Order: sequence, then structure tokens, then C-alpha cells
Amino acid sequence: MKTKTKVGIRGYGGYVPGFRITPREIGAVWGKDGEMMGAALGIRGKSVPAPDEDVVTISTRAARWALERSGLNGDRIGAIYVGSESHPYAVKPTSTMVGAAIGATPHMTAADYEFACKAGTAAIQTCMGLVASGMIENGIAIGADTSQGAPGDALEYSASAGGAAFVIGGERLLAEIKYTTSMTTDTPDFWRREGQTYPSHGGRFTGQPAYFKHVMGCTSKMMDELGMEPSDFAHAVFHQPNGKFPMNAAKKLGFSREQMETGLLVTRIGNTYSGAVPLGLAAILDIAEPGDNILVTSYGSGAGSDGFYIEASKNIVKVREDGVPSIQEVLRDERHIGYAEYAKYRDKIRKGG
Amino acid sequence: MSIPRFWREIRQRYKGIGVECGNCGRVFFPPRSICPDCRRESLGKMNEREIVGKGKVITYTEVHEPMPDFRMQAPYTMVMVEMDEGVRMTGQLVDFEPEKVGYGMEVEAVLRKLGEESPSGIIYYGYKFRPCP
Repeated sequence: MKTKTKVGIRGYGGYVPGFRITPREIGAVWGKDGEMMGAALGIRGKSVPAPDEDVVTISTRAARWALERSGLNGDRIGAIYVGSESHPYAVKPTSTMVGAAIGATPHMTAADYEFACKAGTAAIQTCMGLVASGMIENGIAIGADTSQGAPGDALEYSASAGGAAFVIGGERLLAEIKYTTSMTTDTPDFWRREGQTYPSHGGRFTGQPAYFKHVMGCTSKMMDELGMEPSDFAHAVFHQPNGKFPMNAAKKLGFSREQMETGLLVTRIGNTYSGAVPLGLAAILDIAEPGDNILVTSYGSGAGSDGFYIEASKNIVKVREDGVPSIQEVLRDERHIGYAEYAKYRDKIRKGG
Repeated sequence: MSIPRFWREIRQRYKGIGVECGNCGRVFFPPRSICPDCRRESLGKMNEREIVGKGKVITYTEVHEPMPDFRMQAPYTMVMVEMDEGVRMTGQLVDFEPEKVGYGMEVEAVLRKLGEESPSGIIYYGYKFRPCP
């Protein structure tokens, strides 16, 4: 899908909560070899939100940085879409609270999105359409999560927290979004029923017929439509539920470790769900050179992938000196905690009174 | 806290909206309808002013007997901050290393959860402070 007029990223910012827990700590509680589990998943640690952090606070921090970087005031934002599977309310939008916090309300449209881990890229596509059609001048798309894994489940080693925001506009672009392709099927690989605290998943079924089919299918189709090859891209980022899946997909598609390494944050912070691909893209934009081609493919269980072909503009070098912290700078704030504190912060302890 | 009371203060809590006296330039937070220095001279001249959120710690204390909403965070640290705009704001300090807390510490305001009405009630959000990177 190509927009009729130029659309792209005018500002961006990402935030990851500072607490970290290691697979070893988690494994020790459940009688498992956590280090081996971590090695199998390709995860050295995962981020944990503080008890006063949720998708609203993470989204707001990312959106404030994105707005600062864009040089726009909040009142120039015509739409806000927040994609997440851990919105703090089942009914009451996250996007209105983010809108109020960045001064974008009241003259804007807003909604919350949910499509497992790809709701953030769905928000980017929506903003692209609104901007390209001339309905709005600028919009903000956010992907953020404070995902939960059931205690003792394999997901607990990876489910983490973080998010990134993008100001999508038509002028003064840091990077142009030149093309997008989606692939969507009905695939029951991972879900959470209404009222359930923790998600359920189909174990190995989440691999080949789910993640790989969509990520590889969407990426191949997009490259075919564009007549491009893996070697045409300086960087690539795929959804990263663990360290292994994106690297395996990359290898099969013909992308190298060098193309993947900047956007692969899962090894340090775990799976940030809707935040994963947006944060990986933000990390790439932090170091991209003018003219660099970037390939992005998200994945959301249920299932679908959104692919994007993005080209860094000459303005991209400005992000290195605009005072907004890079993703690598944000990740420097690391405070390690044990399972007891983790259980307390993630509301896994039954309290009296 | 009642829903209308929280709702009325959303712009102050989320975005730090205070006022500036159009007569003497003094900034107030939370907003006041009249300047205590200029009195009637300030009538109709109290203009909205956003407190950007950067400042320095002027005093702090550690709370060991928390209010129910802060049980998960005890002991926690409260700071009084002199903002760049000249007003003083009080809030919780988060994301810090205890040994680095001190007078003059540079902090920035961030949006965090302040508490909630109940597990099924409204969630209160507002500013807290964290060390500047």
C-alpha cells in the first residue's frame, strides 16, 4: 500500500521502565534452570514497570519526547491512537489521557487499538491514512505494553514493559514511510479472554504457523511488490517475542546479523509486546544515516503482520543533538530486582485489607 | 477523592498548568484567581502558564508509614522542588538511587499513577519527580 502523498515520521521517542529481572531469578522460584531458559530464549533480562507505571504513563513519556523532537505543540496533533494489550481500563481510552497530558485535547480524534503485539503498527498505518488523505496534519501513533506472563509460565521469562511514540506527518520528516503491506489471517496462537488476568498460548503453535508464516510472508510480499532485496536495506527490525524468532526469520529471508542488531532490543529488555517493533525502529532511527533504507515487520497474534519500508531523510542527523534521549540512553537506567520485589510490583501477591 | 474533584484538576496534575500574574509576572501553582501581591491590579490578568517540569530539590523526606495507596512503594521519598519558573511543587521522587538524593538535585516531572479509587474505580494520574538524566 502506497500513500498518494508523502507521509513519514516527524518525531519519535521511546521509554522503557528501569527495573530489570534476570531469567535466573525467575527460574530459581519455579525449580527451573533459568539461565538455560534465558539462553534458549535469547534473553538476558526483562524490564519491569514500577507499581506506579502503566501503559498511560509509558505512552505519555514516549509521546512527550516524540512531540518535543517534532518541534510541534500538542494542539497541532489531530489524532492519537494507542496500541496495547494492557490498557489500564477495559472501558475508558488510554489515548484521551495521553492527549490531555501532552496538550493535544480537545480538538482531535482518538481511540485505543488492540491487536496483540502489532496494535502499535496498526496505529501508524491509521495515522498514515489520515495524514495522506489530508484529514489531519499530524497524528501520534503509540505502541506500548506492560505485559503479564502467568507465574511459572514460559512467558514469564520474557513478558516485559516499554513503548514508543511516533508523530506521523507530511512535512519536515525525519524519515519517509514509503510503503506498507499487511498480512492478516485468523490464527488462534495466543489470546486472553475478557476478565482473565493472564494470556494463554498454543505453545509451539506460536512458531511456524503463526509468527514465521506472517512475519516472513508479509516481508517477502512487500519486497516483491517493491522489487527490493534484503541487501537494499541498511537495517531491519522484526517483532521480537524472544531473541531467537526474529534472528531465525531474518536468516531465512536473507538478512544479516549486522542489519538486525540495532533494532534487536529483546535480549536486554525482553518482549515489550506492542512496544517491541516501535522501540526497535526508534533505536534504528537514533543511528540511521540520511538515505538509509529500513525494513520493519511487526507481528500480532491472532494473527497478522504489518510491514513498512522507511527511508531516513537528511533531517535524521538532527535527532542526535535535539536533547531527546536515544533508546540506548534510556536503557542505561537499569536497576535489578529479585523475584520477591517483582511479584510485589506486578501485583502477584494477595494482600489483606 | 470524588470524580469531579479529580477531573477539575486534570490539567494541573497531567500538564502542570499554573497561572502567571499579568501585573508582576509572578507564577503560581496550583493556579490562583488573584495575585496576593498585586491584589485588585491582577484582576482579569491571571494568565495560564505551563510549568515545564524541570527544577531543583530544595528539601526532601523519607516516608516509612505510607498512606494505603503507597504501601507497595514504602519507604518512599517526597521532595519539594523549586521549579525553573520560580514556583515550588511537592511530589514523590521515583526512579532514583537513594545515595544520590540531596539538596540541589536536578529533577524533572513525569506522569505516574498516584493511586486509585478502588480496584474497579477511577485511576488517578499526576506528576511525580525523577532525577534528570
